[in-house]
Amino acid sequence: MVVFKKPDSLTNAELSFCPGCTHGIITRLVAEAIDELGIQGTTIGVAPVGCSVMAYNFFDVDMAQAAHGRAPAVATGIKRSDPNNIVFTYQGDGDLAAIGTAETVHAAARGENITVIFVNNAIYGMTGGQMAPTSLPGMVTQTSPYGRDTEKVGLPVKVCELLSNVDGATYLERVAVNSVPNINKAKKAIYKAFKNQVEGKGFSLVEVLSTCPTNWGLPPAKALEWLGENMIPYYPLGVYKDKYAGEEAAK
Amino acid sequence: MSEKVLMKGNEAIAEAAIMAGCRHYFGYPITPQTEIAAYMAKRMPKIDGVFLQAESEIAAINMVIGVAATGKRVMTSSSSPGISLKSEGLSYLAGCDLPALVVNVQRGGPGLGGIQPSQSDYWQATKASGHGDFRRIVLAPASVQEMVSLTFKGFDLADKYRMTSMLLADGTIGQMMEPVSLDMGEVTQYDKSWALTGTGRQRKPNIVNSLFLKPEELEQTNFERYDRYAQIEKNEVMYEEYMMDDAEYCVVAFGIASRVSKNVINEARKKGIKVGLIRPITLWPFPKDALLKAADKCKAFVSVELSMGQMIDDIELSIRCKKPVLLCNRVGGMIPTPQDVMNAVEEAVKIGG
Ligand SMILES: Cc1ncc(C[n+]2csc(CCOP(=O)(O)OP(=O)(O)O)c2C)c(N)n1
Ligand code: SF4
Repeated sequence: MVVFKKPDSLTNAELSFCPGCTHGIITRLVAEAIDELGIQGTTIGVAPVGCSVMAYNFFDVDMAQAAHGRAPAVATGIKRSDPNNIVFTYQGDGDLAAIGTAETVHAAARGENITVIFVNNAIYGMTGGQMAPTSLPGMVTQTSPYGRDTEKVGLPVKVCELLSNVDGATYLERVAVNSVPNINKAKKAIYKAFKNQVEGKGFSLVEVLSTCPTNWGLPPAKALEWLGENMIPYYPLGVYKDKYAGEEAAK
Repeated sequence: MSEKVLMKGNEAIAEAAIMAGCRHYFGYPITPQTEIAAYMAKRMPKIDGVFLQAESEIAAINMVIGVAATGKRVMTSSSSPGISLKSEGLSYLAGCDLPALVVNVQRGGPGLGGIQPSQSDYWQATKASGHGDFRRIVLAPASVQEMVSLTFKGFDLADKYRMTSMLLADGTIGQMMEPVSLDMGEVTQYDKSWALTGTGRQRKPNIVNSLFLKPEELEQTNFERYDRYAQIEKNEVMYEEYMMDDAEYCVVAFGIASRVSKNVINEARKKGIKVGLIRPITLWPFPKDALLKAADKCKAFVSVELSMGQMIDDIELSIRCKKPVLLCNRVGGMIPTPQDVMNAVEEAVKIGG
């Protein structure tokens, strides 16, 4: 009996992430959700610019690669072309919360019936570790070598909190992938974000706190600890919005 | 014969797009092309189409990319400052080999410029529309009828060659009302087996992508694209010649400038000046051969433009600087008067001898 196998929605391509990077876990959770909902044949994904740019090789579904930050707009076009298809984006924090802030907020405001997987690793991974909109106060990066000076560059952007004030958004949850219990919660959230779309419920975003051992300068296990000790206190986990929560509870 | 209806230039574009099978429009308001969006907002919901006002021109062009990736006909329209914002998307459309129609109803620039007609985006449209090596089919209508026919043509060429077509219009023709025939015949269907439609678990995934990290692969995609461009330069050049048979002087003008020029040519002929007009309809591919041929018999050229002199570069290149080329231009929303053009023609006669 097979107890553990590669999800059908993943190709055989080798993931291009650094060893120990949690991007790989998140990629797998997305594929599992697609498998479990039986939507592989109708799903179309949008890859961002960032470490997950190669996502178009990882998922065994039709894929588009979008310009930096524009994935929600590209996804909007794909979804509007055929609303029967299930459309998701997979974006980093620079992509989604800096250069693509407008596209994110307005896709949410329109209540675009898409699923957004937002990987918050508090840094620009792909370009070698520059400060992200989500870098923590005091955090040392290539472009904040003396630590993020909040006097000069302000405080981090909290995406779930921000979008929870956007009426159009349906479902917002922040999860983390630093421990098995948290990964299980992340899996449920990602599944729900896709299920919402299948049920036509509108804009769902799951923010996943993730590690970047390479640019944090930490071994993978230490990076998981750092996430738990530093990121989770700043970015509290939980559901920030669930338009249909009452309805589901009533069932 | 098909019936003619009186239409405004901008609305004619919108209706022609719908007739060409376009059911998805994304835009952001900007003068002087907002009638296109307004028309689409009214019509699309009635024909199961999609009209969406995006949060910016950047978002609009990326929504266009999304629909184009699914293989359906899609368009956006804007005016000069908005087209600048679309540059990134235009480059991605090229890199992903996606068909789409982009309309630029030009206004004066640079910066916020003005809202009156202009042709000062010629360079941007034909050469500098985004980063990277790529071309775009650029169509320049000179009448409301051509707003219709070239919109239709633009969609067809875009599908045929998997690339973006741009309709490069100006505010004058956008606002002009003329009788038009909307009968453009059948829409040709092209193979779109590359489109993102969902695999249905029946085929390998389709991928729409412009990233190639291996230089030899990226080079190859450029080579392949330029092979297609060579076909276009060979097969798709469009221009109009007016009184060129015996012409000793040649005016070159497109769009609204060509209309002013035609009238002046009629007047100049009355004065005994043998002058004709070459009106490029495709600005890319540029009618290089027609101009080079004209250079053999014409003594001088006049480029009439609503810019500081942009197309004139292409004229000089096409005729390999064999003959003098004069510039007759107004900018900032001003249009060369018939007298301006007549003066330039008479100057050409003096220089050309
Ligand atoms: C318009 C544009 N600006 C900048 C870049 C360079 N760039 C590539 S990836 C990236 C940052 C990605 O960081 P993030 O979104 O946080 O994703 P991660 O790599 O951390 O997963 C940047 C700035 C680009 N490709 N395009
Ligand atoms: S650079 Fe960081 S985020 Fe990117 S793959 Fe490596 S560890 Fe992961």
